[in-house]
Amino acid sequence: MNETVREPARPDGPAPFERGTFDRRDRALILAHLGVSFAALLIGALAGLFQGLQRTGFIQLPQAVGYYQLLTAHGVSLALIFTTFFIIGFLYSGTAKTLDGRFRPFERALAWIGFVLMTAGTVMSLLMILTNDATVLYTFYAPMRAAPWFYIGLALVIVGSWFSGWTIFASYYRWKKAHPGEVSPLFAYMSVATMILWIIATLGVAAEVLFQLIPWSFGWTARINVELSRALFWYFGHPLVYFWLLPAYIYWYVNIPQIIKGRLFSDSLPRLTFLLFILYSVPVGFHHQLMEPGIGAFWKFLQIFFTMIVVVPSLMTAFAMLATFELSGRLKGAKGRFEWVRKLPWKDVRFFAPVLGMAMFIPAGAGGVVNASYQMNQVVHNTLWVTGHFHMALATTVVSTFFGIAYWLVPALTNRKLTRGANNLGILQSWLWFLGMLLLAGSMHIVGLFGEPRRTAYTTYRDHPVVEVWLPYWQVMGVATVFVVLSVLLFLGIVVYLWAFAPRLETAAEYPIGTPLDPAQRPPRILERWSLWIAVTAVLILVAYGVPVWEMLQNPEPGSPPIRSW
Amino acid sequence: MLNIHLPRYERIWLWIGGASLVLFLIILALLALLGDLNPPGNMRMIAPEAVRTTPPFDKPGLKQIGPNEYRATVVAQMFTFQPASMTVPAGSTVHFEVTSPDVVHGFEIPGTNVNMMVIPGHITEFTYTFRKKGDHLIVCNEYCGSGHQVMMGSITVQ
Ligand code: HEM
Ligand SMILES: [Cu+2]
Ligand SMILES: [Cu+2]
Repeated sequence: MNETVREPARPDGPAPFERGTFDRRDRALILAHLGVSFAALLIGALAGLFQGLQRTGFIQLPQAVGYYQLLTAHGVSLALIFTTFFIIGFLYSGTAKTLDGRFRPFERALAWIGFVLMTAGTVMSLLMILTNDATVLYTFYAPMRAAPWFYIGLALVIVGSWFSGWTIFASYYRWKKAHPGEVSPLFAYMSVATMILWIIATLGVAAEVLFQLIPWSFGWTARINVELSRALFWYFGHPLVYFWLLPAYIYWYVNIPQIIKGRLFSDSLPRLTFLLFILYSVPVGFHHQLMEPGIGAFWKFLQIFFTMIVVVPSLMTAFAMLATFELSGRLKGAKGRFEWVRKLPWKDVRFFAPVLGMAMFIPAGAGGVVNASYQMNQVVHNTLWVTGHFHMALATTVVSTFFGIAYWLVPALTNRKLTRGANNLGILQSWLWFLGMLLLAGSMHIVGLFGEPRRTAYTTYRDHPVVEVWLPYWQVMGVATVFVVLSVLLFLGIVVYLWAFAPRLETAAEYPIGTPLDPAQRPPRILERWSLWIAVTAVLILVAYGVPVWEMLQNPEPGSPPIRSW
Repeated sequence: MLNIHLPRYERIWLWIGGASLVLFLIILALLALLGDLNPPGNMRMIAPEAVRTTPPFDKPGLKQIGPNEYRATVVAQMFTFQPASMTVPAGSTVHFEVTSPDVVHGFEIPGTNVNMMVIPGHITEFTYTFRKKGDHLIVCNEYCGSGHQVMMGSITVQ
């Protein structure tokens, strides 16, 4: 419909929402990604409903479906598919927007190739789960062997997502060439950082899937080096969580300041934060493998040390968020110490949903420190505590932020209005999600401390007395399950309304991008020397993984043949 | 090089955060080095097919190796532990060595610090002193297949 060619120069001062809409073709691209992500959310939530009620003894599953089959569907469709598609759609929206308003045909072609590969891979993997030929959970630990098509599907998702990365890199490069000497827009910078992190991280799981799992699942190789496959998986598995988190940070840092009519507190610190995440989120995967043999204690500890460094950018983010909020309140004339709190738009779901997410990030982060504490991990490893932890960090902090994004991005894409009614229902939905997750994940933490294992169908261990202590928490988890699933259904209902039924806007839709408080403070050039930061990351990875992986290859374990144990 | 403006309060905040982090890491390192508090691990290996024919795993069980000291040789397999139950006097120190002839399993005793991953091809070791009397449940805490939720054992402390 509207071809936005070039953005008008940014007005100085707390600007009203920038006018502007998306190129029709970009719109189709972004909506396609969001569409798949919402479908995955629905599948995952339905699986969550039945598994949440089964493991707490409220219902029994029909013969035809297994608990672990549902759990595989839940993990794959939520942790891998919903997140990846949503993130890529969101990053596309902001990069297209801030890099001169739209993608170019070459970039769009890359993006569509990525989309087709990822969608084909998703369908393939989900079909294998449906036929019960891939009940290996979303971590697919060898030597359990799924149908080869499950792994091939996942490989397609990974390779497809690399195309998405190249789309973003290509548009960033195109912008840099057109604006020599200028500092890149913050949104685009952060998207590039996120995709660099993603590509470095996925190299590990791609190697595992392509060189180990696929040949072995076809029977071309007889045995698999299990410990190596786990190391490659977790080389990917931890930065995966930062791949989920960074887009939420982008929204907090870049979009929210505009939504609350404030300013970016700094244009440089967020860039530094993202660089620290690139550096310190990869050489840390062993903290998921503390309890296992085949890795020396020294290397485990070294990676714990690197793991903890991400506390620093997290503290910087916490500071920046509060500073941004205070700043916005003061710009609106707040006086005294705390009056600015009241000036914040609490009734605006675009702000409120992510703020609930931020609040949950405080216990989630504290729990994360416990998990990564070398010795303390022993108390919680593979208990429901861990499941509780990521239902706070991922399912609440990140996903609640995604809810907040969807509430304005979807209507902005379809040129419709986020109506007051939809907004208020969204606030209700956010509360339902937050409280439901607090109960669900809170009880998971507690029973986890009592030793209840994760990834386990309903069992009373022949009525062992230990289990009696767990029972009251199961009641809470069952009720909370219903809460959160209702919340997802409400969310999807609102999204369908905003996508197809809400009143149309006369003018172009709004895309909130914040402006820095002090535009004269230009971010140092070196922050954009990507080759330097990638090289430093490579060195850190080599230090953390070089020797232990070399040992796994030089002195390999006997290896395992494939097994189907379900 | 990196001259980025950090407001004073942010600098204080980061100093406090950074310092407590360093202190925390030092405590963890001291516990590991001086207290010998390390997670389970070890570099011993064994082929999964050979588990049932190779000592000591051909005869899994509990063996007294000193006053109040035992070695528990355990095979974690789909979907049982061998031996399924053990009995030790209160105050005994038990050295566990566990392996798997098939897929990955877990070995966890709720209410204690015993929590190990059991990886086929490897032997996991951990030592624990049982002080509390009673019947301790052993559970598999890593998904291992359709019977994962029935995989259990027990260790009775008298
Ligand atoms: C819709 C509401 C949800 C409910 C009722 C729910 C419930 C559960 C339950 C009961 C478990 C399994 C516990 C176990 O046996 O270990 C689980 C696991 C999991 N959930 Fe959710 N959850 C929900 C939403 C989400 C969301 C939004 C995400 C992420 C975006 C998510 C990610 C996961 C993951 C990654 C696992 C671990 C799977 C595994 O261990 O293989 N969940 N969830
Ligand atoms: Cu991690
Ligand atoms: Cu098991």
